[in-house]
Order: sequence, then C-alpha cells, then structure tokens
Amino acid sequence: MSSILRRGLLAAAAVATLALSACGSPDAPAAPAGTPASAAAGLTVTDAWVKPADSGMTAVFGTLTATGAPVTVVSATTSASPRTELHEVVMNGGAMTMRPKEGGFVVDPAAAHELTPGGDHVMVMDLASPIRPGDQVRVTFTLAGGETVEFTALAKDTTGGEETYSDHAGMNG
Amino acid sequence: MTAVGRRAVLVGGAVVAGGGIVGGAVALRPDRPAVPVPTAGGETVAFHGPHQAGITTPAQAHAVFTALDLRPGSGPGDVRRLLRMLTDDAGRLTAGRPPLEASDPELPALPSRLTVTFGFGPGLFDVLGRGGECPAVLRDLPAFATDRLDPRWSGGDLLLQVCSDDPLPLSYALRRLVRSARSIATVRWTQRGFGPARGSEPAGTTPRNLMGQRDGTANPPAGPELDDTVWVRDGPGWLRGGSMLVLRRVRMELDTWDDFGREGKHMAVARRLDTGAPVTGGGEFDDVDPRMVDGRGIPIAIGGAHVLRATARDPGERMLRRGYSYDDGPTTDGLPDAGLLFAAYQADAARAFVPVQKRLAESDVMNQWITHVGSSTWAIPPGCESLTKLP
Repeated sequence: MSSILRRGLLAAAAVATLALSACGSPDAPAAPAGTPASAAAGLTVTDAWVKPADSGMTAVFGTLTATGAPVTVVSATTSASPRTELHEVVMNGGAMTMRPKEGGFVVDPAAAHELTPGGDHVMVMDLASPIRPGDQVRVTFTLAGGETVEFTALAKDTTGGEETYSDHAGMNG
Repeated sequence: MTAVGRRAVLVGGAVVAGGGIVGGAVALRPDRPAVPVPTAGGETVAFHGPHQAGITTPAQAHAVFTALDLRPGSGPGDVRRLLRMLTDDAGRLTAGRPPLEASDPELPALPSRLTVTFGFGPGLFDVLGRGGECPAVLRDLPAFATDRLDPRWSGGDLLLQVCSDDPLPLSYALRRLVRSARSIATVRWTQRGFGPARGSEPAGTTPRNLMGQRDGTANPPAGPELDDTVWVRDGPGWLRGGSMLVLRRVRMELDTWDDFGREGKHMAVARRLDTGAPVTGGGEFDDVDPRMVDGRGIPIAIGGAHVLRATARDPGERMLRRGYSYDDGPTTDGLPDAGLLFAAYQADAARAFVPVQKRLAESDVMNQWITHVGSSTWAIPPGCESLTKLP
C-alpha cells in the first residue's frame, strides 16, 4: 500500500468516524459504475478487487467495459507496489501458466472484459507492504491513447482460481 | 439455449418447469423462451440511504441476528477494514449480486427484500478508542428483576441483522458476510427467527407470535410518528439518523401456556387472541380502557395485564417492535424451546425500553410464561448515504 493511501487511512482512523458511511466501495452496485475520469476515457472499471497477500505478488480483478470505441489497456500501476504487469493465463503443457499479455487488454464495447482468478488479471509484484482483507489499492490504467483511468480495488479473501501468486515457478516471462 | 431453457428441458415433460425461476425469468413451457416475469424473489430493498434498511422496512419473513466480537488486539484500522468489506458485501447482496470475490450469481439472485443492518456494541466503541461516546444506556442497560440472562445469547461488538422473505438468499448472505468478517472478528452467537410467510395474510397485518397473540399492534404506522419513534434526532452527530436496538431473547413457557384457559389468555394481555382487540371492546388498534368495569363494578382489564403495563405512557416510550419468533425445540424430553427475539428499535432506549421493561419486570401477568434469557444493545448508525463519503 502506498504511503499516500496509508496516510489517508490513518487520518481517517484518527477522525475515527463511527458512521457506516465511512466505508463502502467505490463501485458498489447502487453507484454508477466507474468514475468520471474513466468514463471520459471511454472505459469504466467496476467490481474491482484485489487478493490479500503478505508479500511478494498478488493480482487485481474486475470488470472492464468500453463505453464507446474499443479500448486497449496497455499498462497499469498501483499504490501497492512499484511493479505491475497485465497478465493472462494460458494452458501450457497441461498446466495453467501466467504470462504477460501481448498488446495488453483489448476491451470491445460488445462485451465486458472480465479480469478473474484463472483468467486475465493485473499482476502486482514486489508488494511494498501486506495487503490485508478490507484494504484498498489504487490502480491506474494507461490506455493506448495515453489516457489514464483510475479506480480503487477492495481486498477480499478467496481461495478461488487455479494460480498461486506466490509461486514464481509457474511464471513464464 | 439459455440456462433457464436448458433446465426446463431437463425437467422433462412437466407442463410447468418447477424451479425454473432464475433471475426473475420463468420458463413456463420448455418450448418457449424464458421471459422476464416480476417475482417476489426479485424484489430488492435499497442498502444505501439516509437510514439503514431493515428497521422501518416492513418485516420480512425470516431474520438472523449474528453478534461478532472483534479479535483481541483489534484497532480502529481493523474496524475500518471490517466495515468496508461488510458494507460492500451488503450493498451487492441486497441488490441480488454476489460479493466481489464470489463466483456464484445464482445464490443471491433472488434477494426477496434482503436487508443487512449493522449495529455497534459497546466493545466496538472501545476498540475505536471512543468508549465514552457509547450511549450509557447501551453500555449499561439496567438489570431487571425478572432477567435470567445467559451469556450465550448476550452482548457483542458488532451486530449483523439479516432479513429476507426467503431463507436461501438469507443463508447465503450470512455465510458470505461472516466469511468476510472472520479474519477480524469471531462469532459470538447467532439467533434465527421467523414471522408469517410472505402473503399468508394481507400486507400490514400484525403478525402472531408463538402464543397466538397479535404482536406489534402498538407499532406506529409508517410516517412521521414511526420516524420520530426510531430515528435519533439529537445527541451525537454520528448517531443522528441512526437508532438504538435492544434485542432480547424471550423464552416462552408454551407447554403451560397451551393448557391455560382461553379467557385467562385474553385477560393476561387484555386483548383477544382472535382479533387482537381489547377485552374492553373496539378493534385491534383501539386502546384498552383500564377504567371500564363490569356489572359488579370490577375492572374488565386486570391491572397487571401485559398491554396495560407495556403501553407507552408518553411519546418517548414508543418503540418499534420488530420481533421474530424462534423455535429451537423440541428438547430431548419433548418440551418446547421457543420464544420471541424481541427487537425493539427506538430513538433513545433510556427513555423507551428501560422504563417500559422496568414496569413489566415489576408486574406483568405474562411473566408467568415469559423469561428474558438473552440481551444485547446496539447503536445503529445511520445509513450509507452515498459512496462519496469514502475515507
């Protein structure tokens, strides 16, 4: 988690509001999907979440929707680590293998592009500090046209998915 | 072929594909495409709003109350992470969607008016380092002479009240909420309750408890009186728009009650079983007249009758009674183990529940058959108004 986000949480904890409204997610179903910035870029990101991890690697998931023309996500950065890659999972010799996705995520307006455990995902490497359940990670996508889309992913525990993000041996690139 | 259509085919020659309701779509015949049909299962209650849902929401048929305790060593940051996850889950589940990390959309798809209501116990204030802000009545609810409280049903740091007309989405919601919570909190107790099945009587009919009584006749109707009754108007700013919940587990001695004479049952409450009307005449929503006497000059309603003792004597004593029956019996000896999860919402428990329960503990004919065996008190924060108030 970045020092900026950590400072934000600590400041909030110091205020220690008792209201439920102090919580919630940026893309809960009652709220319009995405942020104005992302809508302007022609891409909305909803249902973003991140798998908690103590160290090493983890991944961000969510639903990407192109609101107009097809959009390509070419890179990502996060508040959680200095190193992020866009990954896909492919069958390789009977095993599920992760590898960087050539050309990034191409989001067609005809269908939502799902980032899921066992599928395309945003790989977060060299975690600066643990991501615990309920933490928030800021993610910034850079699109092919140079625009950026920012969103928040909520850390939620799961044992789902084929991959184990702490296992470097399964990496191929 | 859609999933619905496939299922309809699998059901075979059945004229109506039983169980073919998925996401509000019904395949009436296997050879016809599924069409969207409004169903009770598809009804939702908004999670976000100035007040939390599940309070003035007309009572759903099923409820579960689960009290969580924060794990030792928890701090404000842990509470924040916990609430962030739980409110995110609740917003999705009540809209008929799975939690973020869940992959089975069928289970929450028909929420049937699912609501999730959060309550803060005294221990949560302490963990936040703001113990002094817990309303005194919630931290130290007076003991009443008739209490026989069991720690098993009492206390707690964080309440999850989950209600739905359908026990399936309710069960799924609870298991996912607790799953999100369990790295930060443990489960102290869980109490399940039920009311009448949806639609068994016209909407708005006062439900019956396990003694057969119409229970909740005195509840204010929706509108300003109800709002004044339940919502905190003054006091600390963080609680304004919130409420106070006193949850009591009230055991009923149903074996002896069942054998008690019918007239006696009417007199114990001062209301009739069949109609809920006062024994002094009128309809269900008329007050009992304590001054009315019979031909010999004897009061018709006896002084210790439950309703006479429980009725609010000033507006501050009003409560919203949103109770649910529980039935955990029979015991191995064949005896009932049942009663009422008495959930009383009010703007100030010191002004409402406490004086009323004090009167009932002093004198209430019903005390022969009812015993308070569990107690917990909760500050109910206002609702998540919008998602712009992120920390």
